[in-house]
Amino acid sequence: MESTAHAFKDNARAAVADPQLKRALAHVKTGFIGKRAKAVARLPEFEALRDAARDIKDHTLDHLDLYLERYEARVAATGGQVHWCADGAAARAAVLEICQRAGAKTVTKGKSMIAEEIALNEHLEANGITPVETDLGEYIIQLRHEPPSHIIAPAVHLTKDLIEADFRARHMDLPPGRSLEEPRELVDEARQVLRRRFLEADVGITGANFLIAETGSSVIVTNEGNGDLTQVLPRVHIVVASLEKVVPTLEDVSTILRVLARSATGQEFSTYTTISTGPRRPEDPDGPDEYHVILLDNGRSAMLGNEFRDVLRCIRCGACMNHCPVYHAIGGHAYGWVYPGPIGAVLTPALIGIEEAGNLPNASTFCGRCEAVCPMRIPLPRMMRHWREREFERHLTPAAARGGLRLWAFLARRPALYGLATRLAIGALGWAGRRAGRFRSLPLAGGWTRHRDLPAPEGRTFRDAWAARDRGGAS
Amino acid sequence: MSESDSIETPRVGLFVTCLVDLFRPSVGFATVKLLEDAGCRVQVPRAQTCCGQPAYNSGDRTDARALARQTIAAFEGFDYTVAPSGSCAAMLRVHYPALLEDDPAWHDRARALAARTYELTAFLVDVRGVAGLHARHGGTVTYHDSCSGLRELGIHDQPRALLGGIEGLTLTELPDADICCGFGGAFCVKYPEISNAMVGEKAACVVGSGAQTLLAGDLGCLMNMAGKLKRAGATVRARHVAEVLAGMTETPAIGDGADD
Amino acid sequence: MSDARDRIMDRLQRARARRGADDAAAHAAVDGRLAARTRGPIPARAQLDPAAQVDLFVAMAEEQAATVTRVAGSDDVPAAVAAYLKAHNLPPRLRIAPDAAIEALPWAAQPLLSVAAGRAEADDEVSLTGAFAGIAETGTLMLHSGPAGPTTLNFLPETHMVVLRADQVVGAYEDAWDRTRAAARAAGREGALPRTVNFITGPSRTADIEQTIQLGAHGPRRLHIVLVEDGAGDGS
Repeated sequence: MESTAHAFKDNARAAVADPQLKRALAHVKTGFIGKRAKAVARLPEFEALRDAARDIKDHTLDHLDLYLERYEARVAATGGQVHWCADGAAARAAVLEICQRAGAKTVTKGKSMIAEEIALNEHLEANGITPVETDLGEYIIQLRHEPPSHIIAPAVHLTKDLIEADFRARHMDLPPGRSLEEPRELVDEARQVLRRRFLEADVGITGANFLIAETGSSVIVTNEGNGDLTQVLPRVHIVVASLEKVVPTLEDVSTILRVLARSATGQEFSTYTTISTGPRRPEDPDGPDEYHVILLDNGRSAMLGNEFRDVLRCIRCGACMNHCPVYHAIGGHAYGWVYPGPIGAVLTPALIGIEEAGNLPNASTFCGRCEAVCPMRIPLPRMMRHWREREFERHLTPAAARGGLRLWAFLARRPALYGLATRLAIGALGWAGRRAGRFRSLPLAGGWTRHRDLPAPEGRTFRDAWAARDRGGAS
Repeated sequence: MSESDSIETPRVGLFVTCLVDLFRPSVGFATVKLLEDAGCRVQVPRAQTCCGQPAYNSGDRTDARALARQTIAAFEGFDYTVAPSGSCAAMLRVHYPALLEDDPAWHDRARALAARTYELTAFLVDVRGVAGLHARHGGTVTYHDSCSGLRELGIHDQPRALLGGIEGLTLTELPDADICCGFGGAFCVKYPEISNAMVGEKAACVVGSGAQTLLAGDLGCLMNMAGKLKRAGATVRARHVAEVLAGMTETPAIGDGADD
Repeated sequence: MSDARDRIMDRLQRARARRGADDAAAHAAVDGRLAARTRGPIPARAQLDPAAQVDLFVAMAEEQAATVTRVAGSDDVPAAVAAYLKAHNLPPRLRIAPDAAIEALPWAAQPLLSVAAGRAEADDEVSLTGAFAGIAETGTLMLHSGPAGPTTLNFLPETHMVVLRADQVVGAYEDAWDRTRAAARAAGREGALPRTVNFITGPSRTADIEQTIQLGAHGPRRLHIVLVEDGAGDGS
């Protein structure tokens, strides 16, 4: 996917001024947050499960090459094939080759962030193959030629009216006078339109929430059933997955599944959790003849060895962005690439470079809500701080900001000089603001005073006032 | 739940914080009063300036480590270090040991300071066992939970317990009290539109609560929220929780002038 | 392709070596974990006695908009199915799984029901399948693909009906996996899974339009479970 992350500031500015977006995002705040809280309250073992899930992933990451070896052997033993791909270009080429060998004309797709990451749809289209998104949210944004704005609710930024307008514009063979007022009617129309596409598809492509080493299986988690129709009807099933998705056993995946849906949507369990192993067996009445797994690196192996390793524990639940006040203010598109919210702020620079995505880890107050709700206990603010450290070392921080911070630190490291400088500055500021008690505007403080008043200082520093009281014992 | 405190009159080093020092010393004096009323002997080390959060959160580990060492050295020898700020207390308690993890000369000293450092309300309730205060405050207040204090130090019940013991005071819960106000240090000036959206939401909640006074434990948050409330023409007053707990509310509220 | 595999594995191996772990110990740890299949924390609600387990299964399934009819014996299933179709104004035409136990039910007692076995066809409106297990902790069905269980029956028709015996209900997902492994072992396919294992919890749904739940997105709009009580409580 093309990145607009370098334009984050402009994106964010436009987003906060968008009333339609604000209306749509209100649902994120009220819906996901309350539902997750209810589900968590209902399961006394939830915190213990978070610890266990984190430990499973940490153990797996510690032995990732060994688990991938065993995973690959099981896939082959069950009649499937693993394609190792170093980057997006290799993955696109691998998928295209499989589709061309199958003589595919149309391909149905379940939701896959990896497919977004490698820009798969554009590549297929450029080679005369039509990809059809089947997750309703993904289908809607495909009609609009938009990227997803949330990793589990891709169309969360849209209101019902916009969706109705798109359906009317694109479903040309349906009677124009039909009613599409109600969400029910929109869903029914999507069901009807997509059913035909499911049945005629030559290849089905899904992502994978997990890969299981013990059995050589892939796991998808949906509520709609679109992933299931994608992987059972066509002749060929392709799974696209990044290599950190592997977990050791069926028991391990069960543990992690207990925290996934609850963290994502507040459901006890998703409607459909599907474990797929190889192609159809000779005696099966339905199912694909071929099963392929595109195993993608694209930067993960590098992260295994650096300070961002913990991010590889992510299970793509979306809880972090559901709870992030910055995400609530700007929505997902402002982040400019596949992964929005706090996870995006850490992962995007790792995958497409800090020069392109430098704003993302900076646009955070470190409030910590993301880490508090992450089922895998990923220390997201710490990871964002690590990016800021890299930017500072490499002088990627804007010069004015860097200068101001160095000046402050210079003074702070010299308490006597600090005392003198602040006495002067605060004295002046306090005197200037003594009547009103605040400033509506102030030179050099435009960032603050554009939107709020700046309270004036009292005029004397505490240190000076304390010394004046002549209390002894100050060291 | 107070720690077993065998020290009758502990020596407390006051970490006043740069914002209180520069912008609102009355919070510092209110803090001293509360500590002294709780039986502590308070001293204010001269060699303190800033806990180093601005450097730390901007990725400048070198300056952050230097300020950490300076602070640790200044506050050695006290029984406790207390700060009227959740974010500064968390910096000392949570982040100094991590910052100096690979410095054998300083790591233990950082851990020792961390173990003795508290945010003000947590110190009063959890360490000194303060249950009732002598202050009076007529009117309705509401309390915003600053993020660092809440999530890094677990401060939630303590300020509410202390406010609950104040005669004449009605505490009304702030809707979405635990959502960030949009200050975030440099964030509020680097991303002003996003910060404004967040503080706008917060201001709406504050006004909607019907409270006359907004309280919190961090001056950065308070200046951000007070500035927005003033710009929006709201009549809600903002103070640091220490001012009300100490019964020292003669100073004009944050952002108020002599005329207000 | 193997060139890419080599380069990726090399990076992963070096990352592991840098952490200082002994190579032989690492292999042992991995082999050990795969063999041990240790369970994580199992919720208390997944550890009830069998009768309570069945009640919990029903309650959780209904919470997720599945509907449940409890019948005394398998002979009662066709009548229950006919009654459900009538109550919902659905046509009396069923595509049933080519499952010996289901085909052997007394369908003749419901002469108005037209019953055909096989995989789902595009215009089938109602399907009836068995299940491998019911998992009480979240009211979830486990279905295995195979000659007696075409996966298309679970997804293509608008109404999916499932016959579940009370003795198929277990507490936790891990119990269902244990039974799966036992079944594979008994069939001489040690360690093998079917092509598809479906966990199904209620009918299909989406919240993609303004975060309001709508049932019947692409999969079935209705999921009806006929729970056969005989064998309940004996733990078999």
